Amino acid sequence: MSFNIEEIRKLFPVLHQEVNGKPLVYFDNAATTQKPISVIEALSNYYETDNSNIHRGAHTLADRATRYFENTRKILKDFVNAREEEEIIFTKGTTESINLVASTFGRKYIKAGDEIIISTLEHHSNIVPWQMLCEEKGATLKVIPISDIGEIDLEAYANLLSDKTKLVSIVHVSNALGTINPVKQVIHLAHEKGAKVLLDGAQSTSHLDVDVQELDCDFLAFSAHKLYGPTGLGVLYGKREVLESMPPYQGGGEMIKEVTFAKTTYNEIPFKFEAGTPNIADVIAFGKAIDFIQSVGKDRIKAHEDELLGYASKTFSEIKGFEPVGTAKEKVSVISFNIRGMHPFDVGMMLDANGIAVRTGHHCTQPLMKRFGIEGTVRASFSVYNTKSEIDQMATSLAKIAKIKNK
Amino acid sequence: MSSIQDVQEEIIGEFEILGDDKESTIYYIMELGNNLPEFPEEERVDANIIKGCQSKVWLTARLEDEKVVFFADSNTDITKGLISLLIRVLSGRNSQEILNAELEFIDKIGMGNIIGSQRSNGLAAMIKQMKLYALAFQAKQNV
Ligand SMILES: Cc1ncc(COP(=O)(O)O)c(C=O)c1O
Repeated sequence: MSFNIEEIRKLFPVLHQEVNGKPLVYFDNAATTQKPISVIEALSNYYETDNSNIHRGAHTLADRATRYFENTRKILKDFVNAREEEEIIFTKGTTESINLVASTFGRKYIKAGDEIIISTLEHHSNIVPWQMLCEEKGATLKVIPISDIGEIDLEAYANLLSDKTKLVSIVHVSNALGTINPVKQVIHLAHEKGAKVLLDGAQSTSHLDVDVQELDCDFLAFSAHKLYGPTGLGVLYGKREVLESMPPYQGGGEMIKEVTFAKTTYNEIPFKFEAGTPNIADVIAFGKAIDFIQSVGKDRIKAHEDELLGYASKTFSEIKGFEPVGTAKEKVSVISFNIRGMHPFDVGMMLDANGIAVRTGHHCTQPLMKRFGIEGTVRASFSVYNTKSEIDQMATSLAKIAKIKNK
Repeated sequence: MSSIQDVQEEIIGEFEILGDDKESTIYYIMELGNNLPEFPEEERVDANIIKGCQSKVWLTARLEDEKVVFFADSNTDITKGLISLLIRVLSGRNSQEILNAELEFIDKIGMGNIIGSQRSNGLAAMIKQMKLYALAFQAKQNV
């Protein structure tokens, strides 16, 4: 597919509507992206023609559902360039992927006195599971500081690393600011100390080429719904040898080899970590979402989004009272800002009155907001189907709003 | 002083003039915030905060000549406008009137659609707190 924005927009039914009497401008893509028609149809097709419980079924429908389900695992293996399909585990999302590692890897490898490192940029889902684990184990959580423009301090990070560090869990791309972290260096430095690294890829997988072999991360967590796929579904990638050494997560069906009342033996990866009937329809539809991304091409998506980011940064900065938050050199298409003298919630509501959907508040990164001494921001995040004319629409509206307090 | 009912009718009338245009309605609500009586600084304490999801509200009340007088403030302008409406309807009345008040103007002007569910919940919390103040003053007066 060549990059024809009109053709791409046609694939997303939700975009073609009015909100509050204005054409919808959807700039809340970092929260969740819209779904192409192929994903929506895959969901209904599955229930209309293939619905059946997967694995172990002796009939045709079960076989078909299993093949389609497992096909998504193959697609995802290629998507992040894992060595093997077995390294792809389906979860409820980034949050569950991180919690899975905290409760299994954590249970086995984290001991009193050990240290886990995260950064100031983290989403709550990459803070709280580690706090819970540290509290339980008597381990310590260390936090990499950031600069005023929202970049992590690599030197401070290197100083935090020690023989006590067992795990570094860090966001690849910040959801609140858009900062792209230098994760290759982060991973390399951690490995030199023998620590494992988990990447929170919730925001990076939709914008960047994420190659787990090239990066050499031990874990990668991400969510389908930020990748044009269904909600409540995600992936944990883990290196085979690490996953195999970890105890199971939840107990139940699918994850066992043999159960007796005396003792249960566990299934191989990935099934060891996928107890219970999975979210079959959504997994199958997720495959279509990745197909969509591949058909457009990550490089073309990135080029388009970068152009939107550059255009919006320039256009918005001409508005009196516009105060950007987070201006890292390496960024994805996310603009976080405040309007001087105004609360972000008010700005968001007034933009909504003009059909423009943005997110306001702390973006599940309260410690980061505290670092900047603010309560929250307004965040506009752009995706493959957004256009410069939508940015113009927002700029016009924002200029009018900003004028209330910035004459 | 006009009755609670009269004041509600007035407000409904004002919002009718604005019609369906959400943008001008929100600008109007924001402007209403400018009418809020000055909030006494010594009352700006955590104990007086009603915490919504994104906006913060400080609310306090005093009994003046047997009437409950409310003071409130917020860190967001739209919320200030909303509280100013509540104060306009409820402040300066006796406890029983406040406790009996049915604030139907909120539904009648379609406030839920204008401000969304987060702020509607915040508004409900404010009303509840105002009625609790009235109840507390009533209990005190009856001893
Ligand atoms: C950086 C980051 N990490 C984790 C999450 C949590 O993702 P989910 O809610 O899909 O589990 C998000 C989603 O907002 C995110 O942006």
